[in-house]
This record gives sequence, C-alpha cells and structure tokens, in this order.
Amino acid sequence: MEVLAAVTTEQVQAAIADALAARTPLEILAGGSKTGLGRPGAAARRLDVSGLTGILDYDPDELTLTARPGTRLSEIAPMLAARRQMLAFEPPALHRLYGTDGEPTLGGVLAAGLAGPRRIRAGGARDHLLGFSAVNGRAEAWRGGGRVVKNVSGYDMPKLQCGAFGTLSVLTELCLRLVPAPETSLTLLVAADTQAAAGGIMARALNLPQEVSAAACLPDAIAARAGLPRFAPHLVVLRLEGSGASVVDRAAALDREFPVVGELADEGSVLLWQAVGAVAPLLPDPDAIIWRLCPPPARAAEILVALGPLAEHAYLDWGGGLIWLALPDAPPDGAAATLRAALGPDGHATLIRGPAMLRATIPVFPPMSPPLAALNARIRAAFDPALLLNRGRLAREP
Amino acid sequence: MPVLPPPDPGLIARRAAIAADLRRLVPGVSVLEAASERLAYECDALTAHRSPPLLVVLPRTTAEVAAILRYCHDHAVPVVPRGAGTSLSGGATPMADAVLLGMARFNRILEIDRENRCATVEPGVTNLAISQAVAGLGLFYAPDPSSQIACTIGGNVAENSGGVHCLKYGLTTNNVIGVEFVTIEGEIIDIGGKAYGAPGYDVLGALVGSEGLLGIVTRVTVRLLPLPPVARALLIGFATVEQAAATVGAIIAAGIIPAGMEMMDRPAILAAEAFVHAGYPRDVDALLIVELDGCPVEVDDLVARVAALAGENNATICRASRSDAERALFWAGRKAAFPAVGRLAPDYLCMDGTIPRRRLPEMLGRITEMEARFGLKVANVFHAGDGNLHPLIMFDANLPDQTEQAEAFGAEILRLCVAMGGALSGEHGIGLEKRDLMPEMFSERDLEQQMRLKCAFDAGALLNPGKVFPTPCRCAELGKMHVHRGDLRFADLPRF
Ligand SMILES: Cc1cc2nc3c(=O)[nH]c(=O)nc-3n(C[C@H](O)[C@H](O)[C@H](O)COP(=O)(O)OP(=O)(O)OC[C@H]3O[C@@H](n4cnc5c(N)ncnc54)[C@H](O)[C@@H]3O)c2cc1C
Repeated sequence: MEVLAAVTTEQVQAAIADALAARTPLEILAGGSKTGLGRPGAAARRLDVSGLTGILDYDPDELTLTARPGTRLSEIAPMLAARRQMLAFEPPALHRLYGTDGEPTLGGVLAAGLAGPRRIRAGGARDHLLGFSAVNGRAEAWRGGGRVVKNVSGYDMPKLQCGAFGTLSVLTELCLRLVPAPETSLTLLVAADTQAAAGGIMARALNLPQEVSAAACLPDAIAARAGLPRFAPHLVVLRLEGSGASVVDRAAALDREFPVVGELADEGSVLLWQAVGAVAPLLPDPDAIIWRLCPPPARAAEILVALGPLAEHAYLDWGGGLIWLALPDAPPDGAAATLRAALGPDGHATLIRGPAMLRATIPVFPPMSPPLAALNARIRAAFDPALLLNRGRLAREP
Repeated sequence: MPVLPPPDPGLIARRAAIAADLRRLVPGVSVLEAASERLAYECDALTAHRSPPLLVVLPRTTAEVAAILRYCHDHAVPVVPRGAGTSLSGGATPMADAVLLGMARFNRILEIDRENRCATVEPGVTNLAISQAVAGLGLFYAPDPSSQIACTIGGNVAENSGGVHCLKYGLTTNNVIGVEFVTIEGEIIDIGGKAYGAPGYDVLGALVGSEGLLGIVTRVTVRLLPLPPVARALLIGFATVEQAAATVGAIIAAGIIPAGMEMMDRPAILAAEAFVHAGYPRDVDALLIVELDGCPVEVDDLVARVAALAGENNATICRASRSDAERALFWAGRKAAFPAVGRLAPDYLCMDGTIPRRRLPEMLGRITEMEARFGLKVANVFHAGDGNLHPLIMFDANLPDQTEQAEAFGAEILRLCVAMGGALSGEHGIGLEKRDLMPEMFSERDLEQQMRLKCAFDAGALLNPGKVFPTPCRCAELGKMHVHRGDLRFADLPRF
C-alpha cells in the first residue's frame, strides 16, 4: 500500500487533490488504535495524519482546548489534570481491545464518536466538540463551528464530524470544551440477585437527584475480573463525583436506598471506571468478537435475559444504555441477526471487534431504514462526492 | 435591513388553486386563505419584518405534514415552518409566496417514560409544558428560554434554544435525544430515541439549530433530569463591570459550574427594578445572579465559596436566597429584563452574540463607545457564564433612520463578537436578521460546505428560503466538481 504522510493542512489537501484526480480512495489513519473498527477498507493508498500533532491553545479560563487531531490523549489528559480540568466525555482507551500499541488520539476518539461511562451525565464526544478545521473530499480546507459553547450560527457541523470516521472530511484542528475535574470520586457497590433487580437499581439511582455520574452492572464473574469481590450474582456500581462533603452526603442518601455492600474511593474508583470504559473485563479472550449494544436503558435487563447463553460474557454501562458483549464462539454471522432482533427498532448494535472476514460480510454499523440510509449517502456526497475518504468503512460503497 | 427574495408573482396568482389542492389532498386540514386570517401570521418576534404568507396551513398529524410537503415539493412551493412565532431572528418570518406551515396544533404529550428518563412530545408543545407535566415525578426538562411559556419545543429544536440554566445542563442540542421529521419530499424519518446515539451520521445533531431549513420536525424525544433538591441564588452587586466579570472568571477557575450565572449592567438593573421591584440595588454598575443547585450540603458549601470569591473581588452587596420565594424574586428582574427595557423606549432590538467570557468588560466598553456614536442607548443582560450577550438597543421606529441606525449598531456589535473569537448567535439563530453577517464568521468555502449539506436535505431549496445564508442555495452549481489539481500538488509530500 502506498502511504502518504501529511503533517500540514496543505499536505492533506494535496493528498486528497491527488486522490481526487486519480479517483483513488484514501484510507485515513491517525494513531491506528482503532483500525479494527468498521468495515475493512480496500484503499490502495493510505493518508497517515498521525503527524498532525500539537496543542495549539489551552485556555483554562475559557475551558477550551485547541489541538491538532493526532495529539495523543496521553499528552492531553495530564496537562488538563494539572489545572484540575478534563474532557467530560471520558474518552475510552480501546487500543488494548484491538491489541494494538497505537495510542488513542484526540481526532480518533472524536471521529469514532466514542464516550466513556460519564456519557449519561455529560453527553458524548459530540457534545464537546465546539469547532474544527478540516479538508473535505474536494480537497478544500474549511471550518465549522467556533470556539465558544453557545453558537447557533449555521448548521452544527461539529456534530456531524463526530462519529463520521473521517468520511465527511479529514480533521486538521479541533476545539473542545473542557469541564472542571471533580475533587473526589467514590464508587458504591450495590448487590443485586437478578439482572432485573440490577436494572431496577440503576434506573432508580439515575432518577434520584444524587447526580450519579456513572452506573454499570457487572455479573459476578466479570466483577471478579475487574478486581471486585464477589458479593452477589450481579454487582451494580454507582459513581459519585464532586467535592468531598457533597460526595459523602450523596453517598449516604444512596446508602439509605440501596443494599450497598462496599465502596471504592479515589484511585480505586478512577481505575474501575477506566476499566469499564476500556471494556477491560471482556478482554482476556483475544479472539472473542465484541459487540456494543445500545438499547433503551430500561430494557437492558430484559434483553440480556432473552439472549440467554449468548449473554454469558456481558456487562452493562450507561445505566443499561450500553451492553458490552463478548462472544468466544459466535455463529457465522457473529450473532448479528439474533442480537439486532433482540434489540428491536428502539436500539442499535455495532460490531466493535471481529475478524476482517466477518466485518466484510455483515453490517458492522447498525442498519438504517431506506430513507435514512439514502439521506446518509447524500450527506456523505455533500462532503466527499467522489467517496474517497475511508471508502467502504461505514457501509458498502461502490 | 436584509430582504427576502422577491416573491414569485406566479405563485401568488395561484393562491386559491394551491389552497384548493391542499384541502383536497389533506381533507380536514386548516388552510387559511383570507387576507385577514393571513395577517395574524405576518411576522414573528422580529416585528420589523412583516409580510403576510401566501397561505397558512395548520396540520395535526405527521401524515398530513408529509402530504403537504410532497405537494409543495412537486409544485415548487416554498414552505416556512412556524412554531409559536417567538423567534427573535426572523427564523419564522413569512414570505408572500410561501406556505406558512404552523405546527402549533401538534400539541400532545405522547409519552412520559420515567424508567428511561425521557418524554416524547409533539413539536407544538410548549417548552414549559414539558417540565410541568413531569414535575410530579421529580423530573424536569432543562433548557429554559425566557420565552418558555410560549415557545414550542419544535421551535427550540430549530433554534437550539438556551436558557439561564444551560450553563450546567446544556442547550437544546444536549437534551434532545430523538426526533421524527419529514423531508421536503414527504419522507418520514425517525432518528434517535430512547437509546444513546443513533445509527449513521449525527443527523439529529445537524437538525438541531438548523432553523427549519432541513426538515419539519413532527415528534421530539427529550431527556429528563431529576429535579435538584435545593437551589439557592446569590444576588451580587459591584461598582464596576470589571469586578463582576472577574468574579465570573474566578468562580469558573475555582471549578464551580453554577446552574446559572447571569449579569446585568446598570441600565438593565434600573429598568428591571423599576418594572418588577425585585429589590435590586440601584447604586451598582453590575449585578450578578449566581444560582447553585444540588444536594443541600453541596449548595450551602458552594454558596459560601461563591460569596467569598465575590468578596475578594470587592462586591458591594452580596445576598444569598434563604427561600424559594426569595430566589424567585432575585430572578424576577432578570427574567423580565426584556419587557422592562421595552418600557423605556418605543422599540428595542434584542441582540444575541457570544464572546469568550473574559472579554465581557472590553465588549461593554466598546458598546458604550458605540452608544455615543450611534446616539442610541443600550441595556445589557448576559448569560455571563457562557459569554452570551443580549444587548438591548433602544430606538424609535417612527423617527427617521432610527431603525437603520439600530440595525447598524447591532451589526457592529456582532462583528465585534466574531472578531473577539465568538459567534454571531448564541441561541436566537441567524434567521433573516443576521443572514448577511454570516461571511463575517465563515469563508465562502465554509458557507458552500454548509449549503451543500442543505442540498442533501432539500435540493430545491424550498424549506425556509432566504434565511441563514446570504446567497441563495444553488444546489446544481454547488454539486459540480472543480479540481484545482495543479495548485495543490505538493512535491514534498512524504511517501513511503
Ligand atoms: C421575550 C422573549 C424571550 C426569549 N428568550 C429566549 C431565551 O432565553 N433563550 C432562547 O434561546 N431564545 C429566547 N427567545 C427566542 C425564541 O423564543 C426561541 O428561538 C424559540 O425557540 C422559538 O420557538 P417558537 O416556537 O416560537 O418558534 P418560531 O419562532 O415559530 O420558529 C423559530 C424557528 O423554528 C422553525 N420551526 C418551528 N417549528 C418547527 C418545526 N416543527 N420543524 C422545523 N422547524 C420549525 C421556524 O421555521 C423558525 O426558523 C425569546 C423570545 C422572546 C420573544
């Protein structure tokens, strides 16, 4: 494969102009931590943008960060932490899941639209990208959004770029909003006998005004892998964040509502949620395929029960709104049909990890209704009419 | 003053025929044709622009909307969507040759789902009605525009509306999780809903804030949040705007994100106090209202910390509410600021722009300088926490040139917002009012890309034409490929 490495916007433009003239699709690659996500591409050329790095402006007073997309999260996070700030959407580190040593980059997590456990409180990646510069499939450099949180000036282009996997433009600069980092983090462990009871605990906890910032449910075997004691068939973990006094007060309120059997403070709490976000409890089997199912949160328990043995290696995050599911021995279609049928029209499923053969044959991303699929294709063409950028990554393309 | 595209006399001549077609096609739908009936819809809250629409059509169901749009598409009739008509940017300004599609009859709350913490409503339901309907469950819908008694959730979606509590809880876009919408071709599309995220591109994200240019929203699912057990507000007065702005910065720097943080300048304080007698001090140059909510321990702690920061920044008065009644009183003046200023002058223009927070004092200084130059007075209210300004420019439309002067004044403020690194609109949208300023913020390339997105939804540019973009959206032209290959080849591009 021919590899072009761009370190400036002009070089990205040049590479795309070249590809356009030759009508040759381009695979866009940054950190390379998530190449296993999506349909396998067949591009003959790769545009490596991992060299587009650097923090351009960190403005703690305005709670904004401007950086090039190839900047590693491992560089950004400590810099923000030093000023007690953070990216609220808790971008998960999935490189271990993909068995790569490529480190997650800012552009990568946004392009993949990934968010960690705090999604239920703080929103997803989409809720934190304020503006960007990019190059579209016409090799034109353009900008969308701005540098302020409140901005209704034209269409909300940052939303569209998040989760587009680079198929709408190659991002060259990003401006994100930041939030103050909480002073403390405390995780309460709540025992539940059944999946349904666990689901009920999460729903009730999230309806209480205690500002639970993450809610997951781990079956005991998986809890053990996350280093937690085996108290009950299901362990619900609820995270509280904020100032010390406030967290203690809210923890007491939850303690009155639920059978709390233990707690993890500070470092322990932080590590647990990093593991939950990184899907660590499902990783020991490197060959298992991994699905991300998003049902309406309150239906998660029922879906897991209905899936029976298929859901043996599964856990819930986002208060039930996210089911991580590993299948060591999957049927030929990776169980896509069964899983999608169980979710029904209110939910959606994405194959997060699987062999290239499988990713080439089944829809990796959730299928859409014909009018929505047609609209998506028109949106794609509005940015990249020759379908050059990551052709075929999201859906089969000519 | 921005002008709408010239009306097509051919369409106006076909008014009766189009009305008859629509009545036949959509039996039972209200089609208002008489001049007197159309007059009632001649403007939204940007009242300087008035033009009775071609027809007013008031559907009740998604199927009716689909049939109406399909007809308009097939017959090239432009469509202007309207909720409650409270848009301040002229987003719903009618056109003499366009059907005004009034969504007010879509007024049912369809489902309240406590377990999944969301509600599904029709777009004509008012913003406040949602929070009222779920208050009994201890939940609320967070974005709270001052117009919330009147404005519709459909209008909120179209404008990505904000409110005083958006600092902590986010804007409409962060709180709407699903919509059903109808394309101009009459296709019904469902995106998002109770699950987190949705298949495909973030079409929902693009629809929110699209000012009625991409599709007609016929159903909305909103995220509900638990009502905080306690909320307390501080009323803090300062001798200078700089001190107030420094306090805002200090609060954020201390890692505190209040539920709301509003600032008013002296003219706004005096106008509000004269109108609602909220007990505001009259001898300060800037007033901050900072609201903190959450569990009691936390709120009391934060109130003390904010009061201390205000003291460090030389606040001359600092009162913390001790009851909900007192808190409501603190807010009463701020919430009535627009009508209060309305009493001071025959007319006022409510501007809406955003700047980086720290530049507030500089901006106020520049506005004072402009007041002298334009010979017009301004009262300022800000969503200070997120740098969103609402200068209220007072004028008298009956005096020669004053309307033009006020508009020129507003435009200068907005240009300055952009120059300071901000945006042309924080929450009211571009609409008709600020359309011609878009090139201040975006290059021609940027705007072309935005228009190409429009073409993906509405290739005939029939939905809300004349709004948001300074030049008409010509999709055929925009779709052509121009390859500047020669200009862009870089010999030094590293290859491996
Ligand atoms: C006194 C006053 C105070 C205000 N305070 C605030 C405030 O605090 N924060 C704030 O953000 N705004 C505020 N506004 C502005 C205004 O209320 C908001 O923009 C509101 O969202 C408009 O809602 P509406 O139902 O009146 O919509 P309309 O004014 O009727 O329409 C607004 C836009 O939405 C489109 N639209 C309406 N319904 C639909 C639909 N179903 N599908 C597609 N497009 C549709 C219209 O075409 C138009 O572009 C205020 C206005 C007034 C008059």
